[in-house]
Amino acid sequence: MWIYEKKLQYPVRVSKCDPRMAKFLIEQYGGSDGELAAALRYLNQRYTIPDKVIGLLTDIGTEEFAHLEMIATMVYKLTKDATVQQMEAAGLGAHFANHNRALFYENAAGVPWTAAYIAAKGDPIADLYEDIAAEEKARATYQWLIEMTDDVDLQDGLKFLRQREIIHAQRFKEAVEILKAEKDVKKVF
Amino acid sequence: MQKPLDDAYYRLLCELQTADFVLVELSLFLDTHPQDMEALRQFNQFEQKRQQLAAQYELQYGPLLQFGHSFSRYPFQWVETPWPWQV
Amino acid sequence: MMLTNQIRCWQPFIGPFDPCKPMLVKTFVTPPNLFIPFQPPRLPQFPPYEALQKGTLWPLFFSPYDCRQQ
Repeated sequence: MWIYEKKLQYPVRVSKCDPRMAKFLIEQYGGSDGELAAALRYLNQRYTIPDKVIGLLTDIGTEEFAHLEMIATMVYKLTKDATVQQMEAAGLGAHFANHNRALFYENAAGVPWTAAYIAAKGDPIADLYEDIAAEEKARATYQWLIEMTDDVDLQDGLKFLRQREIIHAQRFKEAVEILKAEKDVKKVF
Repeated sequence: MQKPLDDAYYRLLCELQTADFVLVELSLFLDTHPQDMEALRQFNQFEQKRQQLAAQYELQYGPLLQFGHSFSRYPFQWVETPWPWQV
Repeated sequence: MMLTNQIRCWQPFIGPFDPCKPMLVKTFVTPPNLFIPFQPPRLPQFPPYEALQKGTLWPLFFSPYDCRQQ
């Protein structure tokens, strides 16, 4: 079971009215390396991964939902009061025609989210390497997004999310080390 | 019903987010280092601190959790604004 | 404690007919997690609020990113 907590993981601030940026941020909402794909990937892998790393997948998968809410908050704030004209000028005309100001699980190019973004190989090493790659790809995406805005408050939230990808990648690497050890490991350095 | 969001609200929320962040970091660390006694001690210490902060926050600004994990005054406070993305 | 240089550079081949002004040097980031196989115990920590701002509890894993560095 999951319990929702009525607060964000990190204080998200957006200080510039810039719906154009919302279109790009959607990449991390419904894109292939986005937070939704990450959360569902890890939580789905739990059922077939060795018991020792189920706790880690559960916790990182859960944290990804907190990150999904942060991205949603950024997109919400950037589009909440945007006029139709502003949405169109921001390249969100096609989005507006279908969804108005509703968020949609799509990437920056408007391609809907698909379960095909998530590999599930059933081999623990293959799955964890996929997770490490996913974290590095998300880190790269956050770098490109940071470069696309000059709003320092928005950059601040994106930098937090980028740093989290680095920690997650580290933990997944440690999970591989734990599985590589033949017997119960105490510590591997 | 719109409650005023003053500096005190943001300060307390940030204190809670701070304590919770330490707990997230230690949680992931302990997932791959379950034998680290010192980290576990720090985890338990911050868990106590976050409980105090959460109780204080809920008293002033309403429940953080649903499904019976938080108390509510009348009328049921869960449905009240603001929601996290609105502040 | 922080890994000082997380940026790597390379010089791409410049063709005689490249239409755009060549970028002489291109860069990419090598974050600290690439160099630490398993986190050692008792690493120094940021104070709690700074940890939240930085996005990690441990300075060793901190990776700054500024858009001007590209």
